Amino acid sequence: MSAETDVLFDAPGPKALVRHRIIAVLGVLLLLTLLFFVIKGLANPANDQLTADKWSPFIQWSTWQNYLIPGLIGTLTAAAISVVLAIIAGILLGLGRLSDLTAVRAVCGVFVEFFRAIPVLMMMFFAYFFGIFVLKIPGDVLPLFAAVVGLTFYNSCVIAELVRSGVHSLPRGQREAGYAIGLTSNQTLTAVLLPQAITSMLPSIVSQLVVILKDSALAYAVTYLELLRQGTNLAVYRGNLIPTLIVLAVIYIIINWALTRLARALEGRMRHGKRGIRPGPTDVGPDPALAVQEEDEKQAAASSDR
Amino acid sequence: MRSSKRILAIGAGLLLAALPLAACGGDSDTGGEPGSGGKVVIGIKYDQPGLGLKEGDDYTGFDVEVAKYVAKDLGYTDVEFKESPSAQRETLLQSDQVKMIFATYSITDDRAQKVSFAGPYLIAGQDLLVKADNTDITGPDSLNGKKLCSVTGSTSAKKIKDNYASGVQLQEFDTYSKCVEALNAGQIDAVTTDNVILAGFAAQPQYQGKLKVVGKPFSEERYGVGIKKGDTDLCGKINAALEKMEADGAWQKAFDDTLGASGLKVDPAINPPKPDACT
Amino acid sequence: MDALRTLLEEYNVLAAFWMTIKLTFFGAIGAFIIGTVIAIMRVSPVKVFQTFGLAYVTLVRNTPLTLLVFFAAFGLAITLQINLAPPDSPTFIVDNNFRWGVVALAVYHAAFVAEAIRSGINTVPLGQAEAARAIGLPFLPTVTTIVLPQAFRGAIAPLGNTLIALTKNTTVLATIGVAEPALMMRNMLEFNISLLYAIFFIMAAGFVILTLPTGLFFTWWSRKLAVQR
Repeated sequence: MSAETDVLFDAPGPKALVRHRIIAVLGVLLLLTLLFFVIKGLANPANDQLTADKWSPFIQWSTWQNYLIPGLIGTLTAAAISVVLAIIAGILLGLGRLSDLTAVRAVCGVFVEFFRAIPVLMMMFFAYFFGIFVLKIPGDVLPLFAAVVGLTFYNSCVIAELVRSGVHSLPRGQREAGYAIGLTSNQTLTAVLLPQAITSMLPSIVSQLVVILKDSALAYAVTYLELLRQGTNLAVYRGNLIPTLIVLAVIYIIINWALTRLARALEGRMRHGKRGIRPGPTDVGPDPALAVQEEDEKQAAASSDR
Repeated sequence: MRSSKRILAIGAGLLLAALPLAACGGDSDTGGEPGSGGKVVIGIKYDQPGLGLKEGDDYTGFDVEVAKYVAKDLGYTDVEFKESPSAQRETLLQSDQVKMIFATYSITDDRAQKVSFAGPYLIAGQDLLVKADNTDITGPDSLNGKKLCSVTGSTSAKKIKDNYASGVQLQEFDTYSKCVEALNAGQIDAVTTDNVILAGFAAQPQYQGKLKVVGKPFSEERYGVGIKKGDTDLCGKINAALEKMEADGAWQKAFDDTLGASGLKVDPAINPPKPDACT
Repeated sequence: MDALRTLLEEYNVLAAFWMTIKLTFFGAIGAFIIGTVIAIMRVSPVKVFQTFGLAYVTLVRNTPLTLLVFFAAFGLAITLQINLAPPDSPTFIVDNNFRWGVVALAVYHAAFVAEAIRSGINTVPLGQAEAARAIGLPFLPTVTTIVLPQAFRGAIAPLGNTLIALTKNTTVLATIGVAEPALMMRNMLEFNISLLYAIFFIMAAGFVILTLPTGLFFTWWSRKLAVQR
């Protein structure tokens, strides 16, 4: 049913159109009522969240200069380092899971299953205290270290699964062709299968970036000065927690939405391109979980959607 | 096989290279010897109004004022502040990230094994923050059935539950500012931690006149200056600077300008305190 | 070993994981209901609902869960004073945090559930809906009696992934003081750093025990229900 969803209903006639319009108006009214109560609650003198004092910081350059831009840079730094490390480690782990050697396969499999099951926040806590007491990492990079470790361990496992299912979803002929020209199975894997798998995974990897970017907000809990923490510091200074949270949400949504669009554009290009494997159709950007599911229904166990 | 090994080697190399790279990113130049002039790096809190607060690109609070005075007295011409969250204070000193820490740093035996302390420069005590019109909370033993807020990883709320009021409901947030926000909105009845920290929040413009510190401290917290373990020379110089600050009225002025604004009175019998001997 | 035993006597690890299970259970039910409604809206003939469904998914999926949890705790509970438990109850704080936590989890994961169901709808052959229309069924009965039951079959694997993510995401509620494993782990580490590895291993093992069987079960279930086409 991937073609058109309006196959679910007949083209509405005049009566149905009227009915739809009434339902639509009722729906909008309901939404507006809710919105009205939220705004009324916020404006209520006891809360006074809509007062200019609480919002004016956001039109001052110093707010952006001292809090939001450094926070954004912090978020992007952690995300960028993590995504590079996660891709490298993920490909290695993915190859490990496809290895001919049972031992390598088993070790990588256990590693992936174990670290995929651990919440990112917990991994960050562990890395934070491990960094303080075992590695004795200097205080000013410790939070970044904790953030990157937390994000990398989880996401490399997700990417390993993407690599694995990407390779599995390639036509058998590719592997056979590799063998036919005398390549060993490892050569076939790295020279023939992996490049194709990675190309087809590209949109999924970009959407994994959204996941990493969102999860970087967890690094707030290990005192890493990313967007959320800088925002909280700003809110302590200005006493405007609610307005700050709203502004932060807008910033996150814009960045992640842009990344999602990028993923979609990449996917579109590849679908129209002659080479490469077609990833499954998705709507609001390919969710890795869904992409994997559609590409490879039999290997459906992969990935996640954090 | 060869090429996969190469990828493996490159990947592992990159991973290994990235770790120390991240670890060495820090600038370990925290300032020269006292008296030599130049720059010094000092650890403070960024999120505690009245003590150490980042306000745009400026820093305010009692800890900050004391830090500036001491740094100047030690002959430094330039002070760089660095955020030092509670859990990181020992590490920051041990790894030479900061020269001194003025960050509501209570002197305890546990900590004194890892770092040395100069001071104390302020004696605080655990207290309660309540709404200005509240009359039924007079101390920790009147908290039964009340809602009390404190921060994650702190023992102050647990101490109340164990020693004073077993029927108290505990809320944990990760920062005091969230506790104060919840108190101001009426969602909880009291916030507990050191009285000076509470007073700093009560004095913030958005809470002024709405909150008050109960004013019956039930513990003694001696705020010291954290320095590297065994640096008795620096400790002696900081103590001399603190004594000078207390003698010439700068201590009182700094206090009045920051924490005093909340109406907080500290017991003149113990404040300003006389620094301990350096060991 | 003794130190560890004392620690485990002081902290009730099982109670923390019981909290995880409760949060997951109620969060999943909420997410499933909201997600199904959003998915129906997105394929409905009413344009406003389609737009709303799309907006919901886009906004919620692109916001960090931590931020949503803060909105629930500080925006709705503390500022707007919407309480989900009687304020004079002796367990008000625990109950209110728990319930708002569940709401935040449900709202966040509903976006993923909606996408999973949509992908499930994509696996249902066109003919099914056409047949339903041919016998004169209007939109809602077509969706609820014909399409959705088949869509759920196709959506089992991504729904399972969402459930696993939900289980792990319950840890985010540590930031508002819900007594779950991440908060406990943090408190344990703060005062017992010598037991770093033991504490991490116990907590990690708890999540492996919770999520691994879920993953295996959903894989098995999706294969069992898979339709060869």
